[in-house]
Amino acid sequence: MNRKSLAAAFPHTVPVLMGYLSIGLVFGWMLSAAGFAPTWAAIMSVTIYAGSGQYLGVDLLANASPLGDAAFLTLMINFRHLVYGLSMLEKFQGMGWRKLYMIFSLTDETYALLAGVEAPSDVDAKDFYFTIALLDHLYWIAGSILGAVAGALITINTEGIDFAMTALFLVIAVEQWQSNKKHAPVYLGALGTLACLLLLGPDNGRFLIPALGILVAGLLLLRPLLEGNGTTKGGEGL
Amino acid sequence: MTTGQIAALVAVMAVVTFLTRALPFLLFGRGGKPPEVVLYLGRFLPPAVIAMLIVYCYRGATFASPAGWAPGLIAGAAVVALHLWKKNNMLSIVGGTILYMVLVQVVF
Repeated sequence: MNRKSLAAAFPHTVPVLMGYLSIGLVFGWMLSAAGFAPTWAAIMSVTIYAGSGQYLGVDLLANASPLGDAAFLTLMINFRHLVYGLSMLEKFQGMGWRKLYMIFSLTDETYALLAGVEAPSDVDAKDFYFTIALLDHLYWIAGSILGAVAGALITINTEGIDFAMTALFLVIAVEQWQSNKKHAPVYLGALGTLACLLLLGPDNGRFLIPALGILVAGLLLLRPLLEGNGTTKGGEGL
Repeated sequence: MTTGQIAALVAVMAVVTFLTRALPFLLFGRGGKPPEVVLYLGRFLPPAVIAMLIVYCYRGATFASPAGWAPGLIAGAAVVALHLWKKNNMLSIVGGTILYMVLVQVVF
């Protein structure tokens, strides 16, 4: 990163700065409210770096979930990343050691920026992409630490703050609903999971494993119906 | 939880998250073409999974008294309404969460 690429990249990242500071702040606060030291918020944001994944991570930590369950749920919530990588294959070519970091830091927001911006002609494009990715990551870390420290210092009754995870998923669902014309996957996901919950009970979230099986099988059956000109774009944030 | 247990959970989340980002580069980085079915699932699985996770969030609802279900339902409806109205992530999430906290702490 140099001064020139920083000057070129920073203005593009301002919307992400606002978003990551606030969403990161809520994450850090939730983690503190669940009883974990601010250091953990920092470690998670440096090493995991995923918005909805880390909200879910608070829930996994608070319930002391088994590692297998944590792996499974993390895989599910981050499955969409598979598609992001596919469209960045060419853009990241020739980036050397920085390519590894570009892959690690490919969040929804960084993906959206990288897919949408062009480097100015007097700035090295690889430096420009790398600077965008690094700035976004720093915003996320800063927001998480701010929230975690605030949550540790300010002692108000935080009962119910874990609802922020539900709220985040509802927001993502609203945005997906508006950007997709076909809603069968949403009905399938809600009804299939509800059926498994009613049959197996809520303990440890184990009902999610058969539910996922139903979702994948259902989507494969619905493929003739869904394929074609059904969607405009992925339409997912965070 | 011990520090080791927390670290193990965080490590699992970090490794799995990285794998989901790295897999396309590992599988198709040398010019291979991804199967159509992978692209199809990549497009339509995320909305289904978010619906699944919302059900997961509400798994603790009980129906013996309104306190077991009403706060989540009211605050959830408020999040959706706020987001349809203002389209502001922060407003929807923080507004809905504060409403939920007031409902569980003061009202119910």
